[in-house]
Amino acid sequence: MPDKAIPIPGSFRELAELLMSLDNLLVSCMRCGLCQAVCPVYGSTMREADVTRGKIALLENLAHEIIKDPVSVNDRLNRCLLCGSCQSNCPSGVNIMEIFIKARSFVAGYLGLGVIKRLIFRHLLPHPRLFNLATSLSGIFQKPFISRVNKSIGTYRAAILKPFLGERHIPSFPDKSFTARHGTIDKPAGKSGLKVALFPGCVPDKLFDRLSEATLKVLDYHGVGVFTPKDLVCCGIPSLASGDSKGFLRLTSQNLKELGQKQFDYLVTPCATCAANIKENWPRFMDNYSAAEKEAVAALTPKTMDITQFLVSVLKVEFKPAEPAEGAATVTYHDSCHLKKSLGVAAQPRSIIKSLPNYRLVEMPEADRCCGNGGSFNLFHYDLSKDIGKRKRDNIVSVRPDIVATGCPACLMQLMDMLSQSGDQIPVKHVIEMYADSLPGLAA
Amino acid sequence: MALTPALIQEFVKLTSPQQVLTEEADRQSYSYDAAVLSPRIPALVVSPATEEQLGKVVKLTYENGLPLTVRGSGTNLSGAVIPEPGDAVVILTNRLNKILEINKEDLYAVVEPGVVTSQFAETVAKEGLFYPPDPGSQSVSTLGGNVALNAGGLRGLKYGVTKDYLMGMEFFDYNGNLVKTGSRTVKCVTGYNIGAMMISSEGTLGVFSKIILKLVPPPKASQAMMAVYDDINKASETVAAIIAAHILPCTLEFLDKECIKHVEAHTHAGLPVEAAAILLIEVDGSHQAGVDEDAEKVKNICHKVGAKDIRVAKDADEKFKIWEARRNALPALARAKPTTVLEDATVPRSKVPTMVAEVNRIAQKYKINIGTFGHAGDGNLHPTILCDRRDKEEFQRVEEAVDEIFDVALKLQGTLSGEHGIGQAKAKWMVKETNQATVDFSKNLRKALDPKYLFNASKKII
Repeated sequence: MPDKAIPIPGSFRELAELLMSLDNLLVSCMRCGLCQAVCPVYGSTMREADVTRGKIALLENLAHEIIKDPVSVNDRLNRCLLCGSCQSNCPSGVNIMEIFIKARSFVAGYLGLGVIKRLIFRHLLPHPRLFNLATSLSGIFQKPFISRVNKSIGTYRAAILKPFLGERHIPSFPDKSFTARHGTIDKPAGKSGLKVALFPGCVPDKLFDRLSEATLKVLDYHGVGVFTPKDLVCCGIPSLASGDSKGFLRLTSQNLKELGQKQFDYLVTPCATCAANIKENWPRFMDNYSAAEKEAVAALTPKTMDITQFLVSVLKVEFKPAEPAEGAATVTYHDSCHLKKSLGVAAQPRSIIKSLPNYRLVEMPEADRCCGNGGSFNLFHYDLSKDIGKRKRDNIVSVRPDIVATGCPACLMQLMDMLSQSGDQIPVKHVIEMYADSLPGLAA
Repeated sequence: MALTPALIQEFVKLTSPQQVLTEEADRQSYSYDAAVLSPRIPALVVSPATEEQLGKVVKLTYENGLPLTVRGSGTNLSGAVIPEPGDAVVILTNRLNKILEINKEDLYAVVEPGVVTSQFAETVAKEGLFYPPDPGSQSVSTLGGNVALNAGGLRGLKYGVTKDYLMGMEFFDYNGNLVKTGSRTVKCVTGYNIGAMMISSEGTLGVFSKIILKLVPPPKASQAMMAVYDDINKASETVAAIIAAHILPCTLEFLDKECIKHVEAHTHAGLPVEAAAILLIEVDGSHQAGVDEDAEKVKNICHKVGAKDIRVAKDADEKFKIWEARRNALPALARAKPTTVLEDATVPRSKVPTMVAEVNRIAQKYKINIGTFGHAGDGNLHPTILCDRRDKEEFQRVEEAVDEIFDVALKLQGTLSGEHGIGQAKAKWMVKETNQATVDFSKNLRKALDPKYLFNASKKII
């Protein structure tokens, strides 16, 4: 599939002209500044250039050539988690994500990606076998070097990997990824009469494979057919966040090809970020798809959803609130931004938790404030990510839970790291694994 | 005087490298506020983290003859924190964000200027107390900014505005010396009432470092209702009749036809789009029985004056729904067109129908779209002009229309601004509302307190 024309500005003037194509969106920001209340990055640094209003002003100035320093603007533009908190709180309804995604693409197109990002986005992510090999090799090679630091959370530290990992407390890789273990999954619809494409997403496939297993178990239990092609690739959000729309389109094309092999009623995923990306960002690049891809994306996005949303809102599984059993564990729930702010999914995971007698749900303060992970944001701005995560950690600990639940693997990693570094003994679970654990075991 | 690299180093020495912003991209992001005015890029941005740093930064800036603008969250609508021309310094207060004391026995709090209004209100609420001023930007606005602009809000009629809660303060004068005024007592006649002068001084007289605010016991019961009118005069008569019956609603809000239309298009909440106006009324008090009695009286007044429909909230959910129209007024208007010019002309309560009629006449005359909502109980309307600032010709008409709105407000014995401030936007109108002697007096005062005229020079009085 040839790449469609993603504009690459060759000069500063061309960059400014491209940014002017966003002018109608930029001008709708009335500078009220209410984004300051919800922006996690601003909450940490309190710098105007870090909040949406400031970034929009800078982009407008770059478009109008009032500032001629795209490197500085790019630095500030990238100090953003793409969590969407500002957009869901914006009184004038500015299409902020459209502005940021497109602007990152234009500016990165002008400034270039850099060798490492190019290698990862263009050569690793599009090749599932290579990516799987790389992660399972990491799994094997990390073992001698890492030592467990927190038994409850399941985190490790690797002194030798410090140049790459910093102070991070990380989970360990499984020997095999979910897709490597199962190959292509194609099970017909059972008693529900429905069949879904299960899109594991990179993290639930290669790192937290138990989330994909749990999702599969739950779907089996409810008689839902499952289709997971083994050669699915990354949903493309890391590429897009770095402004590599070309790499993003390549991944999308490949995923569409894989998914196009079979019929299914819905696409579900235990990864909030994948769901939000497929729903919101895949259609953002309609102009750059082939006619067939355009049609496939238009058909796919309305039926893409988070697994808990599927269970509650589509499958209509009755999650009756249960009286917590004696000795029930106290659980607090963290709203992933991509679940609540992008997809509007906040009630569904809570209703699942409340139906489980082994748990007692206690809300933490600021449950929907970003945890600070932001995917690749965590890689490139770890200090900031950690500072934002510290606030989340303090909110969690303030309600003294036995465990913390969430609906996004990226949040899961961040919460594990933050709690583990603070020495808290609070395991972190995805809602779907809590539900799967409550179901009777199934014969394979 | 010029800002030299050596001088920048002195600012760094007083604070730290992270607290002094010199890069162009950072400075550009402090060139504007929420007013629709041209930005101006400052030469330096400093964010002191302690009172001591604040005083030293003020002194250093002033000694070196650099124009100085103090900025909270930059949410004002009058251009009050757009930096001055020249090598201007912006001083940020948002690191000075500590609540220093909440005194439950004596009902006051002491805060630093960068504390965010709603965070303060929530904190005192946890202590069982109430801080009523609730400007529209309260989720981000700072208390220092609220004092500097005498911020109002929806509760003005019964509870007053920021000035009614200022008990005392400390601020730095141009020499960087700390000045103290007011006290923690209910009564205080020591010295001049300088606090009253600092209220709405818009950064022209001194730099606030500590603010003492009055707290009150919260109401224990409330009742909300919506009254729908097919004649705007009847809505206004209702307001007058409620007050004549000696009932002070805690909020008494008004939406005109144009505004209702936009809100309904945005929310599909089932608002009466045929109505000429709606009033949203809430009464509160310390006893449910008393509140119910007042609510019943208000309901009867609405009926008697000729409201064609009255909806009383039966529970918290319905109350939330009733207020939805008001909450969505600005979001709905702001979505309609790229640029939203939010005006603030205020008239005596009884003149509200005339003012609304005049605003509509002006909208027609200049062929522009204006939706009006506001605080009917305070005569404080927000005619909101929907336009596109990129359309030069249209924006010219908008500016002329705004001038005419001011003219009308003054003719009706009103004022240029109820709560948004004079800032840079309305300074030229001061003579018209007052007289030359008033402007001269104010300038003399200002020269005495700011001899080099460096404190936010183009704001308030010119």
